[in-house]
Amino acid sequence: MAKQIDLLDYTLRLADNELIIGHRLSEWCGHGPILEQDIAITNIALDHLGQARSLYQYAAEQFNHLTQEEKNKFFASATLQNVFTSGASIDEDDLAYLRDVWDFRNVLLVEQPNKDWAYTVCRSLFYDAFKFFFYTELLKSKDETFAAVAEKSLKEVTYHLRWSSEWIIRLGDGTDESHEKMQAAVNDLWMYTGELTAMDDTDKTMLSHGIGVDLATIQPLWQERVMETLKEATLTTPVNTWMQGGGKEGKHSEHLGYILAELQFMQRAYPGMDW
Amino acid sequence: MSQENKHKSEWPLWEVFIRSKAGLDHKHAGSLHAADAQMAIENARDVYTRRMEGVSIWVVESKYIHASDPDESESLYDPANDKVYRHPTFYNLPDEVKYM
Repeated sequence: MAKQIDLLDYTLRLADNELIIGHRLSEWCGHGPILEQDIAITNIALDHLGQARSLYQYAAEQFNHLTQEEKNKFFASATLQNVFTSGASIDEDDLAYLRDVWDFRNVLLVEQPNKDWAYTVCRSLFYDAFKFFFYTELLKSKDETFAAVAEKSLKEVTYHLRWSSEWIIRLGDGTDESHEKMQAAVNDLWMYTGELTAMDDTDKTMLSHGIGVDLATIQPLWQERVMETLKEATLTTPVNTWMQGGGKEGKHSEHLGYILAELQFMQRAYPGMDW
Repeated sequence: MSQENKHKSEWPLWEVFIRSKAGLDHKHAGSLHAADAQMAIENARDVYTRRMEGVSIWVVESKYIHASDPDESESLYDPANDKVYRHPTFYNLPDEVKYM
């Protein structure tokens, strides 16, 4: 039974990462530095949302199979509780729109603000590089849904990683000003990268069942890939090793609340609305 | 023009050619701005192939396209008007000739 709860937890972590970074990137829609990149970043945002949908559908299906007691313990968000305590089943939209901050399990990195183009592409590089190696491993998962999602997502993330790496190199190895801004983004976001590959109990349980990924094997691959790009971009890899954490357990930075306020407003103000 | 707009206008224009499927030729799809050829291909991928329009992309910087002069259209193209014998369908083929 612990396995089912852990699997749901694990699914939501993957889904929440996708929803939140997808939302962050979508904030650029209509504000891109140039028309072509406005389209590129919006395409990428939609790729993330598409992956989030597949995973939320899977999470909702798992949740609906839990006992009522397990359900009551799993989510603390009142609006979502109202749905399942009345006996109704939940769906992907309920998971995206009716959970509050503490029920989200995304890593802190993806909720960090766009700030400028350098921060945006740096956050993407760190996340895309992780996701590329993570999903490559997840292909071997005993969980068929995960393996299928990984297969579909890998093609997309391969392009995302190429896109974000290109921008890091262009800006890092560009003008003095772009180099300075790129280095600032790398330095500021670095402390959010440790959480990507830090194993906790849920990760260990999923790994032991052959469902999850061994993050310890991802870490050196991630490090090598990121350092390679930073080096090509003439940027310095930060040496500080103190890392932020907590996102996977629902402890978030102040930014997530603001994201949810915007993302969830319509469904909160006009429950069940459709268009 | 603001400093920002000035920088944007410094990115050259590129013409994009898309092959819609294997075996067909590349057709002109439109143009876009990019800093260099690689970015032009990536931008073209996002702007012109996101609805499955293509399987291959060519880009060429617009300044390298040389065009005929519209003012010379009469002398260039009109003379072909009355040369129907240039179309293969103009000739009657003998029945013995196959596979044409």
